[in-house]
Amino acid sequence: MNPITNIPFTAQIINMCAAFLLLIAFSMLSQRRILTLINLFALQGLVLSISTAVVAFSSNQEHLYYSAGLTLVLKVILLPWILHRLIHKLNIKWDVETMFNIPTIMLIGLALVVFAFNLAAPISQMSGTITKSTLGIAIASVLLSFLMMITRSKAVPQVVGFLAMENGLFFAATSATYGMPMVVELGIALDVLVGMFILGIFFFQIRVAFDSLDLKHMEKLKED
Amino acid sequence: MEIFWVLGIPLLGGLLLALFGTRKDAPEINSAMSFFTLVAAVALTVRVISSGSFSIWDEQFFVDAFNVFLVALTAFVGFTTSLFSRPYMRIEQHHGKLTVNMLRLYYSMYQLFSFTMLLALLTNNMGILWVAMEAATLTTVLLVSLYRTPASIEAAWKYFILCGVGLAQALFGTILLYFAAERILGAGGTALLWTHLNGVKTQLEPTVLSLAFVFLLVGYGTKVGLAPLHNWLPDAHAEGPTPVSAVLSGLLLNVALYAVVRSKVLVDGALGSHFAGNLMMGFGLLSVVMAAFFLSRQKDVKRMFAYSSIEHMGLMTFAFGMGGPVATFAGMLHMTVHSLTKSAIFFTVGHAAQKSGTQLMDNIRGLIKTSPTVGWGLALGTLAILGMPPFGVFTSEFMILTTAMHAYPWTMPFLLVALGVAFAAIFGRMQMMVFGETTGERLPHPPALIPVFLHLLLVLLLGLYIPPYLAAWYRQATALIG
Repeated sequence: MNPITNIPFTAQIINMCAAFLLLIAFSMLSQRRILTLINLFALQGLVLSISTAVVAFSSNQEHLYYSAGLTLVLKVILLPWILHRLIHKLNIKWDVETMFNIPTIMLIGLALVVFAFNLAAPISQMSGTITKSTLGIAIASVLLSFLMMITRSKAVPQVVGFLAMENGLFFAATSATYGMPMVVELGIALDVLVGMFILGIFFFQIRVAFDSLDLKHMEKLKED
Repeated sequence: MEIFWVLGIPLLGGLLLALFGTRKDAPEINSAMSFFTLVAAVALTVRVISSGSFSIWDEQFFVDAFNVFLVALTAFVGFTTSLFSRPYMRIEQHHGKLTVNMLRLYYSMYQLFSFTMLLALLTNNMGILWVAMEAATLTTVLLVSLYRTPASIEAAWKYFILCGVGLAQALFGTILLYFAAERILGAGGTALLWTHLNGVKTQLEPTVLSLAFVFLLVGYGTKVGLAPLHNWLPDAHAEGPTPVSAVLSGLLLNVALYAVVRSKVLVDGALGSHFAGNLMMGFGLLSVVMAAFFLSRQKDVKRMFAYSSIEHMGLMTFAFGMGGPVATFAGMLHMTVHSLTKSAIFFTVGHAAQKSGTQLMDNIRGLIKTSPTVGWGLALGTLAILGMPPFGVFTSEFMILTTAMHAYPWTMPFLLVALGVAFAAIFGRMQMMVFGETTGERLPHPPALIPVFLHLLLVLLLGLYIPPYLAAWYRQATALIG
C-alpha cells in the first residue's frame, strides 16, 4: 500500500490545514499592505476554525466544536471587522509599509521553522493526539508572528502579529492536547476581545499624540 | 462565601464606577469599595487561619495560607492607595491634567484591576490564572496612558506589547503543563486545577514540565520585572499616575511572582531536582545586580524607585529560588514589607512631585522645609527600603543574606556589592531631595499622608516584632511551598 493512504483522511485534512497555516504565516511576514494583512489574518482564523472542527469530528471531542465556533465568530468575523473599521476610521486603509530585507526576514523565518520542529519533536512523540505532527507548525507560527512583531514599525501590523501569535498558541493547544478546558478558552477569548477594544482606543491616542501610527516616533523613553 | 465577596465587590465597583464615575463623590465610592473588599478579605483570612485551607465551586477557587496572605496584603494596599488617590487625583484634576471622563476611566479600572489581581490569587485553575494576569495587564494599560502625553502613551504601548508577548510565553507554558497533566488526570476541567496537579506532581513528565517552567518563568517573569525582561517597568511606573505606580509596584509584581512560585512547586515535585530554583536564583541575581547599577543613573524620582522595585523583586525571586524554610519565609516577609514600604514611598514621591511640578530629582529640593511631613515620610520610607534596621526590610534581607551565605557563598559578592551600590545611589538622592536648599513655597494643600505613616508603622512593627500568629501563618505557607 502507498504509505500516504495509511494516514486517515481526516488527519490528511488537518495536515493540509497546518501546511496552509504555515504558508499564511510566511505571507503575513512579508505582506506590506495593511488591508491584505488583515484579510490574511481572517483567513488564518478560518483555516484554524476548519481544522479545529475536523479534529473535533475525528476525535469525537465535543467541546472542540464549540472552540471551532468561537474561533469562527471571534477571529474570522469580529476581530477582522473591528480592524477593518479601525483602519477605515484612521484612514490608513491603503497604507503600504516600507520594509527592507524581506528576503533576509524570510530566511530567518525558515531557520525559526527548523528550530520549532526540533523543539516540538520530543513533545509530539509523547502526545497521543492524531494532530501531534502539527505541533511543530503551531510553534513555528508562534515564532513567525513574533518575528513579524519585531520587524514591523507600525502599530496596526504589530497588533495583527500579536493576534496571529495567539492563533498559533490556540493551534498548539489543539494539536498537543485537543484544546484547553472550555472555561480557560472562554477566558482567553474574552481577554483577546477586550484587548482588541483597548488597542482600538489606543490607536487613536497614539495618533493624536504622535500625528502618525508609526512607532519610530516612540523613542523618547530610553536609558541614557 | 467570603471568596464571593472578595471577588464580587471590586467587580461590582468597577461596573458602578464605569457608570457613575463622573460624579463628584466617585473617589469616595472608590475608597468605600476598596474598604469593603478589605473587610471581606479580612473575613476570609480569619476563616483560613482558624479552619485551614479550603476550596469551593467545584474546586475552581482555592485558598491556603500562602495565597490568603497575599489576598489580605492586596486588599489592604488597595484600600490605602485608594485613600491616597482621593486627594491626589483631585489635585491633578485642578491642575488641569485630567478631565472628568479620564477620572471615570481611572476609578473604574482601579477597581477592575483589584478584581483581576484577587482573581489571579484565588483561582485554583492555572489557565484562569493566566487569563487574570492578562486581564490585569489590559486594565492597567489605559491607566498608564491616562495623562495622554506622548511619553505616557509610549510607556503604555511598550508595557502592552512586552507584557503581551511575555504572557504569550506563559500561555504556551500553561499549554505544556496541561499536556503533561492530561496524561495523568485525563482531559477536561480538572487537569489544570492546581490542587489536583499538586497531588500528582511526582508523576508528571519531567522533560515537559521543565520546558513548561522555562516558558512560565519567562512569561510571568516579564511581569515580575526580572532582568532582562524588565524594560517596560521603569517607563510604566514613571509615566503613569502615582497611585497606579504604587499598586503596580506594591501588588501586581507580587501577584506575578506568586504565579511563578505556584508553578515552581509543581516543577520541583516532578523533577525532584533544583532546576527551577536554580533558574529563579539566576534571574533574581541578575535583576538585583542590573537594577543596582541602573539606579545610580536615574534622574526621574519615580524611575529610580521603579528600578529599586526590580532590585527587590529580584531579591525575592532569589529567595524563593533558594527554597528551604528560612529563605521562603524571608521571601514572603520581604513581599509584605516591600509592598508596604514601596507604596508608601510612591505616595510621598507623588506629593513631592505634585508640589514641585516635576519628577526630576534635581528640581525637588528641601522637602523638609516646605512640607515636613512629606519630607519625613520620604526619608523614613527610603531608609526602610534600603534595609536599615529596625525596619522590616532589614529583617527579611538579613534572613535572605544569611541563608545565601550558608548555601551559596559565591552569590555574596554580587548581592553585597549590589545592595551597597543601591544604598549609595538612593541615599544620596534622598538627602538632596529632603534636606537640600530650596526656595519653594509651602504646600498649598494638605497631603494625604495617613496611608504613608500607617504603612511605615507596620513595616517598623514587623522589623521589631513578628507576632506569633503571623509567624505561624508564614510558617504554614512556607510548608506549602518550601
